[in-house]
Amino acid sequence: MDELDCEVLVVGAGPAGVAAAATAAECGRDVLVVDDNRHPGGQIWRRSVATGTPSIAERWLGRAQSAGARFAFPLRIADAHDPTRLVAVGDDGPIALRCEQLVLALGASERFLPFPGWTIPGVCGVGGLQALVKQGLAIRGQRVAIAGSGPLLLAVAASLREHGACVLGIFEQAPRSRVRRFGLGLLARPGKLAHGLGLLNRLRGVPRHHDAWPTRVEVRGSSLRATFRTTHGERTLDVDWLAAGFGLVPNVDVAALLGCRIEDERVVVDEFTRTTIPDVFAVGETIGIAGVEAALSDGITAGLACAGRDADARRAARARYRERRFGDALARTYALRDELRALAAPDTVICRCEDTPIADLAHCADAREAKLLARCGMGPCQGRVCGPALAFLRGWSRDSVRPPLVPLTFSELSALDEPPCR
Amino acid sequence: MTDVADAIVVGAGIVGAACADALAQDGWRVRVLERARPGGRATAAGMGHVLVLDDSEAQFALTRLGRDLWRARDWPPSVERDDCGTIWVAADDAEFDAARGKSEWYAARGVRTGLLDARALRDAEPELHEGLRGGLHIADDLVVHPPTATAHLLACARAHGALVEPLRSVRVVGDGNVELDDDTRLSAALVVVAAGLDTPRLLGHRPDALRIRAKKGHLVISDRAPGFVRHQLVELGYLKSAHGGTARSVAFNAQPRRSGQLLLGSSRQVDVVEPRVEHDMLAAMIARAMRFLPRIGSLPGLRVWTGLRPSTDDNLPFIGRLPDAPRTIVAAGHEGLGITTSLSTAKLVADLAADRTPCIDPRWFACDRSTAELAHG
Repeated sequence: MDELDCEVLVVGAGPAGVAAAATAAECGRDVLVVDDNRHPGGQIWRRSVATGTPSIAERWLGRAQSAGARFAFPLRIADAHDPTRLVAVGDDGPIALRCEQLVLALGASERFLPFPGWTIPGVCGVGGLQALVKQGLAIRGQRVAIAGSGPLLLAVAASLREHGACVLGIFEQAPRSRVRRFGLGLLARPGKLAHGLGLLNRLRGVPRHHDAWPTRVEVRGSSLRATFRTTHGERTLDVDWLAAGFGLVPNVDVAALLGCRIEDERVVVDEFTRTTIPDVFAVGETIGIAGVEAALSDGITAGLACAGRDADARRAARARYRERRFGDALARTYALRDELRALAAPDTVICRCEDTPIADLAHCADAREAKLLARCGMGPCQGRVCGPALAFLRGWSRDSVRPPLVPLTFSELSALDEPPCR
Repeated sequence: MTDVADAIVVGAGIVGAACADALAQDGWRVRVLERARPGGRATAAGMGHVLVLDDSEAQFALTRLGRDLWRARDWPPSVERDDCGTIWVAADDAEFDAARGKSEWYAARGVRTGLLDARALRDAEPELHEGLRGGLHIADDLVVHPPTATAHLLACARAHGALVEPLRSVRVVGDGNVELDDDTRLSAALVVVAAGLDTPRLLGHRPDALRIRAKKGHLVISDRAPGFVRHQLVELGYLKSAHGGTARSVAFNAQPRRSGQLLLGSSRQVDVVEPRVEHDMLAAMIARAMRFLPRIGSLPGLRVWTGLRPSTDDNLPFIGRLPDAPRTIVAAGHEGLGITTSLSTAKLVADLAADRTPCIDPRWFACDRSTAELAHG
């Protein structure tokens, strides 16, 4: 098996990872960044085939590269038990990644909640639809409804509109009063306020509902009929796409395999973004959903801490805490309402991989029993979709994470042990 | 008798669940104490292969009765019972001779077997390597899903009045009583200790006997690949690996699941308790399998996990009363055969508890047995 050596290994090339890489490299550390995508940027800075890479992303990537940070794509982490030696898989098979320090910038995934019809083709995640469009999905002239929760709904709606989609409605489950209070809170943050107002401007004419959520989807001819519960009663829309995402959930699987402490779905870190495992740092959405500025501050802090620049890291941590408070406001504003726990019918599938209806979980006490007794979470995605749903629906924490983190063939699995070829 | 329970079963793995079911059906008022969730440890980690084995007369008796009891019972669909049978694969002439010997040995004891030549083996399992010499087909072996079987046994026990209490951790077992981690003390006419690897600790680490050691194993499961294998396939050299003296070993053992997935074992590491997946063991296991199923390398592997088998020095479980604590019956140390022998173990435990003529010679499994004595006796 090939090996790549570095001093600081950054897993994830989104804003947090790139900021950590640039900062550590500028401090003289030998940095390697890996990501499972073919291009850097993560989700928020994902390169669009139509509009290219955002300029702020170009700036940070440029800094990292001119400071000597190396990038290796696409590499997916397959197993991690020793933080100084991770096993990844790329186009040419498995590869060992050796490092002294590890920065986990694993990003986040969407939380899906089951409702009748949520598995029908054409129903997808909010970030998921955006990623498809950035990769070239033809959305021009297509009718789209966007539902779920969080600022991502607005950002994606605006972006889809610019790609020519016909956005028929945005259905935000949070109450209007809370969202308005959140908006007022942005007065203290001119940057974010301007961004938010810009979004609203780009969405002019699109009906925006609050206290509203999808209740079912049915196939009607060649389109989908989506039904929503709104403050004005039931609304139905005939659409080509329903994008539904109920907030973001930190990706923690690599941290979980390493044994880092995880609480409340996120990796626990200290002021310097150190996890509970020595020389393992975690930054960005991995430690809680708080937006791109928080991710950048985390990354800067981690980069400085990796270089032993404690005084500077402590200063950076102050900005980090300020940005993280924005995450707390986000969490309060977009907390999921209880009614969403009752959207699924007994025969609604909770585990898409194994076709497990939610009724089969009636006698299960936790995620592990759901796995063992009802096959829930046993399929190719290994609970990445149903796990976060059940965390909300039942309060179940994820069952233990097992390797490989990505499906590998038996041949690739057996190659994980090959000695290094030098 | 106390007002709490007639019988306490410590441990709700498949052995404890089967004991609870058998005792409850006999009319005992049963209370099951499980420190975590039922069927969640060794029971959940294993393959669920229900088979007869010929390593010793004792092992044959326990596995044969166990398998018969599995076959005789009605199982709900969730148990995923699959009457796929076992094929013991012979690589060369020497192994094929051994297969023939086994076939005769089993036939003399009324077990249905069929000897497969190279061609018949390939017809039965087209993915097997064409250079293999043949196989021994044991038609009545089956495959089940142990966690749901455990849940079913506990449901049957409950239907006969048993009380099943998960998340109740026993600290120590006395004669006719148990002490829980929350300082509760419970007493009963009978305490059955079916706590696998924890058993010696619960009984206060008797120095002389009841040694139960961990044998760590790895398993890997594929994505759906229906029909890739049709029978449980085990190499004839398996027992050498399973019970040999080496500290680390692998053997070829592949199983078709009702889901269409392929479950692949097996590895053994004596006294290793660290649960992490070890890439060298995994690689050795897959390399071994590739000698038998050359195209297995292209199957997508979804998940790898490990488990700890509770093993004894003579490869037989302890099933019997403790000599100096007659109100305590031990049922532990089933190593890799706990699924097969759970039901026969439970029957023997119920017979001993009721002072009936036991269904199997209990001396083979007695807690104070001496291996040397039994070999000659």
